[in-house]
Amino acid sequence: MSQTPTVAVDLAEEFMEPRTPLQRVQGILHRYPYVSPLVVLVVAMVVFTLINPRFLLPGNLSFLTQQTVVIGTLAIAQTLIILTAGIDLSIGAIMVFGQMVMANLAVSVTASNVLPIAGQNPIIAILLGILAAVFAGAINGFLITRFRLPPFIVTLGTLSVFTALTLILFKARTIQGPEIPEALKFLGKTIKIGDFALMYGVILMVAMFAIFAYILRNTAWGRHIYAVGDDPVAAELSGINVNRVIFSVYVVAGFIMGIASWIYIGRVGSASPNADPLINLDTITAVVIGGVSLFGGRGTLIGTFIGAFIIVVVENGLALAGLDQAYRVLAVGILVILAVAVDQWIRKVKS
Amino acid sequence: MTPTLGSVQPVLQGRGLVKTFGRVVALNGADLELYPGEVLAVVGDNGAGKSSLIKCFSGAHTPDSGEMLVNGEPVVFRSTNEARQKGVETVFQTLAVAPALDISENLFLGREVRSKGILGSVFRKLDTKFMREEAARHLKELGIGTVQSITQTVETLSGGQRQAVAVARAAAFGSQVIILDEPTAALGVRESARVLQLIKDLRDRGMPVILISHNMPQVFEVANRIHVQRLGRRAAVVTPQTHTMNDVVAIMTGALTIDESDQALPPVSTSVS
Repeated sequence: MSQTPTVAVDLAEEFMEPRTPLQRVQGILHRYPYVSPLVVLVVAMVVFTLINPRFLLPGNLSFLTQQTVVIGTLAIAQTLIILTAGIDLSIGAIMVFGQMVMANLAVSVTASNVLPIAGQNPIIAILLGILAAVFAGAINGFLITRFRLPPFIVTLGTLSVFTALTLILFKARTIQGPEIPEALKFLGKTIKIGDFALMYGVILMVAMFAIFAYILRNTAWGRHIYAVGDDPVAAELSGINVNRVIFSVYVVAGFIMGIASWIYIGRVGSASPNADPLINLDTITAVVIGGVSLFGGRGTLIGTFIGAFIIVVVENGLALAGLDQAYRVLAVGILVILAVAVDQWIRKVKS
Repeated sequence: MTPTLGSVQPVLQGRGLVKTFGRVVALNGADLELYPGEVLAVVGDNGAGKSSLIKCFSGAHTPDSGEMLVNGEPVVFRSTNEARQKGVETVFQTLAVAPALDISENLFLGREVRSKGILGSVFRKLDTKFMREEAARHLKELGIGTVQSITQTVETLSGGQRQAVAVARAAAFGSQVIILDEPTAALGVRESARVLQLIKDLRDRGMPVILISHNMPQVFEVANRIHVQRLGRRAAVVTPQTHTMNDVVAIMTGALTIDESDQALPPVSTSVS
C-alpha cells in the first residue's frame, strides 16, 4: 500500500474527442430524454395559439387539464410497466372494471335494475373498486412472472377477459350520474381560479406523478425497476429478485388504475362499461411520446406527463384550428413514430 | 495450532462437486481449493466445467452433490445474494451491470444504502450522496478514479472501464474472495493489461482471487497456481514456475497426466506478505 497503483491510466482521454453539434444534442437527449417532448409541447402550444388565440384562454386550458386527467393517471401505471420492458394492453379494461365495481356497489338500491350488491357505503365501494383493479393487475403480474409469458400476450388476453367480465358481471348497464353517490364523483369537482377550473382529479394526478417520480428516482424499488427493464440478467446476477420486482410493478400499476377508475367517474359523471375502449393505446402513446423507451430501462415520469399533455394539446389545438378529427389522429400517429425514431437514435449514443 | 505450510485453511474449498443439466454432466466430482493471498487461475477446454464450477461458488448454480466450504465452514448457496453474504463476489463474463444506470448506482445495485433517520425508514429515500462518494472512493482505491463522473451511465463507458466498474463493485463488497470470469475476453491489449494490474493489486491487498481465463500468457503472468479442469473434474494443479504453457495445454487435452505428488495442491509460498 506504499505506492500508488500504476493503473491510473487516463481513462478520461476517451472523452476528450471533440463532438459534433449533432452528437452533443444526442448526448443531451440521452441524459434528459424528456427534452424532445418538452420542445414538441412548447412549439405546439405556440403554434396553436398563433392559429387560434382562444387556445390560451383559461377556459380552454382548464379543459385541457381535465381531458388529460385519466390518460395521464393511467400513463403513470403504463410508464412503470414499460420501464420493466413490459406493456399493458389491459390498462383501460381494468380501469373500466374497477369503475363498474365502484358504481355498482355504491348505486342506491332505489335505482332501477340494480345488482344485489348495490347500496354499499360509497367509501367502501371506492376501496373495493381499487382493490378489484389491484387484483386484476396482480393477475397480469402473476401470469407474466410465474409462467414467463410475454406481457404483450398476457395483457392482450386479459384485455378481452376483463372487458367481457365487466359486461357479464354488471349486465352491461350504464350507471347514470344521478344514481351515483357524491363521494364517487368527488374528484370531478373543481376549484375556480378566475376562469380556470382546477379539477380535484387533476390535483390528484399531479400529486401521483410527483410521488411516483420520487419513488422511481429515490428508492431502491424505483432503481430496481430501471435495472430490471434495462438488463434482467444483470439485475438478477446483481442480487435483485427480478420476478418480485416485475410482479410488484403490475400490482402497483393496478392500484393506480383503480385510482384512475375513481377519477374517471368524477370526470365523466357516470359509469359505463363501454367507456373509452382505446384509452390503453392512448396511454402507450403518451408514454412513448414522453421519451420512455419501449425496450425498458429508460425514461422518466416527467416525460410521460408531457407526453400525455401533447396528445390532448394536439387534438384540441387542431380542433380549434378547424381541422377534422382524422387529421388529429394522423398527427398523433406521426408523433408516435417520430418519438420511437428519436429513441432509437438516442440509444446509439457512445462514449 | 500454528498452521504450517501444508495445513493452511483454504479460503474457498469445493469437494466432489457434481452438477448435471439433464443428461449433460457439467461437473463430475470436481474439487477446488483457494488459499489466502493467492491468485488461482482456472483453465480448461470448452465444456470442461470451468463456468459451472465457478457458478457454484458464485451462487448462480447449486451443485447436485458435493461440499463447499468458506474458511472451513460448510455453505450452501441458493442465489448470488447468499454467496455475497459470505463474502464471495463474482465478476461475471457479462459483467452484470445495468447500462442505463450510472456508475455509483451500478456499484450499489441490489444493496443500496438508505438515508439515515425518517427519510430512509419511512420515505425509503436512498442516500445517493453517500453512495456516490463511496463509489468514487472505491474506484480511486483501485486506481481507476479518473472516469469523468461517477454519475455517468455505464453504457457511455468503454469496455475496459465497464470491467473496472464491475471489478470495483466486487472489490468493494467482497470480503473473502473475488472470482473473475474471463475478465479480458472482450478487451484490447491495453485494457487487458489494466485489468491484470487490477488483479495483482487486489492480491497485494490480501484478497484471494480466482481467475477463469483462456488466455495462457495472461494466466502465467498473474497466477500463483493454475487449476486445470478437464471433463468435469480437476485434472491437475500446477504453478507457472514448475510447468510450461505447453504442459498446461497438454493437461487440458488429456495428453499429459501429472502425478498427485508433483502437483501444487497445497499453497505455494510466494511473495505473499
